[in-house]
Amino acid sequence: MSLFKVFDVASSAVSAQSQRLNVVASNLANAESVAGPDGQPYKARQVLFQTQMMDADATAAGVRVAAVVEDSAAPRRIHDPSHPLADAEGYVTMTNVNAVEEMVNMISASRSYQNNVDVMNTAKSMLLKTLQLGS
Amino acid sequence: MLDRLTQTLDFNTQALLLRSERSRVLAGNMANADTPHFQARDFDFRQALASATGSGSAGLQTKPFRTHTGHLAAQGIGPHSPKMLYRTPMQNALDANTVDLDVERANYAENSLRYEASLRFLNGQIRSLLTSINGQ
Repeated sequence: MSLFKVFDVASSAVSAQSQRLNVVASNLANAESVAGPDGQPYKARQVLFQTQMMDADATAAGVRVAAVVEDSAAPRRIHDPSHPLADAEGYVTMTNVNAVEEMVNMISASRSYQNNVDVMNTAKSMLLKTLQLGS
Repeated sequence: MLDRLTQTLDFNTQALLLRSERSRVLAGNMANADTPHFQARDFDFRQALASATGSGSAGLQTKPFRTHTGHLAAQGIGPHSPKMLYRTPMQNALDANTVDLDVERANYAENSLRYEASLRFLNGQIRSLLTSINGQ
């Protein structure tokens, strides 16, 4: 029954999207951070989605997070000589997190999450109705 | 004899199987709405149903599936799985993804509605069979 595969596919997407949401949360939490424990500013992280075939005949296409990569954008530099972590020229190196980008990312992730939950709910009600066949 | 009895159910059974197959494909499209380079897929339902029911062989056709990658593909036993096509995107995305979430959602809703319709037809047929068996 292919309907059971719908759950596999949709749940793979749900977990991938929640991982993306997790990364967004970590980026937003660090949006104003100056330097990490290693003295380097925090680098924004982005998830990399990849299609994952769920069966041999390759019609059920799930999704998985292939990797979490660090954003290579240049860190923001703010002129604030009074800051304790300012360099010789008075610049503070901030993280390269773009808050607007992350908010958009968050909305997109939550929409996709909802979509896939809807898919699972519909498949569930279809299966329940099938169970009552002939009664 | 029993085969004859249930032959009327075959059409809707095939329709049901194909509908569930399609819901799986559409769920895959929606799952990959944010995957770069993913190409949305679908199949022509009318054609798939015609080739599934037009083969003439009676009875419920079962399709063997592989549980291990080392298994050989058993072809010609069951109905051939529908021919998978690629969707033509209305608007191109920068990441070469061709999933249009609205289109997929609409298709999924339509598909599940038609699944339920087939289910009701099947239920009605079963009920009338039971009525004629009971003779009341």
